[in-house]
Amino acid sequence: MNAFGWLFDPSNWTGPQGVPQRLVEHLGYTALTLLIAVIIAVPLGAWIGHTGRGGFLVVGLANGLRALPTLGLLVLLVGAIGIGLLGPLVALVVLAVPPILAGTYAGVRNVDNAVVDAAKGMGMRGRDVLFQVELPNALPLMIGGIRSALLQVLSTATIAAFVALGGLGRFIVDGLAVRDFGQMIGGSVLVAALAIVADLVLAGLQKLLVSPGLQAAAAQRGARRKLRAVPGQTPTAEAA
Amino acid sequence: MTWVLGNLPLIGDLTLEHLAFALPPVVLGLLLAIPLGWLANRTRVGRAIVINLAGLLYTVPSLALFVILPVVLGTGILDPLNVIVALTVYTLALLVRTVADALSAVPGMVIDSATAMGYRPVRRFLAVELPLSIPVVLAGVRVAAVSSISLVTVGSVIGFGGLGKMFTDGFQRDIPQEIIAGIVLVLVIALVVDGLLLLLGRALTPWTQVRAGANR
Repeated sequence: MNAFGWLFDPSNWTGPQGVPQRLVEHLGYTALTLLIAVIIAVPLGAWIGHTGRGGFLVVGLANGLRALPTLGLLVLLVGAIGIGLLGPLVALVVLAVPPILAGTYAGVRNVDNAVVDAAKGMGMRGRDVLFQVELPNALPLMIGGIRSALLQVLSTATIAAFVALGGLGRFIVDGLAVRDFGQMIGGSVLVAALAIVADLVLAGLQKLLVSPGLQAAAAQRGARRKLRAVPGQTPTAEAA
Repeated sequence: MTWVLGNLPLIGDLTLEHLAFALPPVVLGLLLAIPLGWLANRTRVGRAIVINLAGLLYTVPSLALFVILPVVLGTGILDPLNVIVALTVYTLALLVRTVADALSAVPGMVIDSATAMGYRPVRRFLAVELPLSIPVVLAGVRVAAVSSISLVTVGSVIGFGGLGKMFTDGFQRDIPQEIIAGIVLVLVIALVVDGLLLLLGRALTPWTQVRAGANR
């Protein structure tokens, strides 16, 4: 079985089309996308969760996204905006915003009313309640949303090689073009490993950032994230 | 619209091909998830192993899994079996946890009553525990079915058929209508399948309807 030969060939690990360069590109797209998505989605989700306005819209958006074919969105936007970084980046952000929005919204919304009342009783104003009570309590679900978004972005950035973006997906698309299956398999193994490591890193970050008092609940919810975009909500059509 | 009207037979063929890729994995995944979910529900260690393994598999991006599976299965790189197996893996990873959760939510009193009425473990599982877990399991099946319908399109990047072909072809030949029609079709199919599953769930669990009626 020579399937993994490509992966261990030193010549594939140098130069502008080598593994390190493609890995840096892939991580770059992912980080940039997540940064933009967090800047958009966290304040919006926190505001919606805090005020309770437009919650159904957030849930519908997150559920409807599951049915939206990422490749279709990608080729449509790149066709409209043009090849380069901007088109794929817009598509990636569109895919990353709903899970983070839903996680933040659900996190803030699910904070125990008694805790919020206690904070108000201690004399906290709306802003203090949000930043010192609601957001720290919402962190497990927020990070859950960011983890979903991360996997979605890593996966879609791979597919974006089809619309001429760089990153690890290039090995799969370029390998196919020249029928170099070793290269395709090598690229795929790298993508899979990257996704698993990235998810583990965020899981570790979650342990580090979330208050120990919330850890037990976080473990439960973090695992449930796989099942539903928004815990406690029914899937797809009903909300959409 | 002109492109769509001029290519109706092609669209029909791609839709059928799409369904043939997307739906069998949901059925297969569910059939595998029931015994595995039952097993996961037996012991704490078994549960931890199954749930973590499922989480790990679910993390692997679809395009990567489509390419890695031939190495594991010994199939050709463009064998349709790869897509079927990959989507079955995702469905299984999603549903095994759902089944375990659903089974553990069956009230102990109900199980005890069934035992007292003379149900042996196998028949009790099939006639009492499994039917009672249908509402929760079905919610998971709906998510899995919709994801599966959407994920099939990714396979077109490496040459598999189905409605994803409308994306790759529409992009390469610059026909935005074809891309939009493809997106709309995928969304409509997902919505229809989701609705059918919802109706199936209602038909399978008449007692939930009675309860809802009594509450009114």
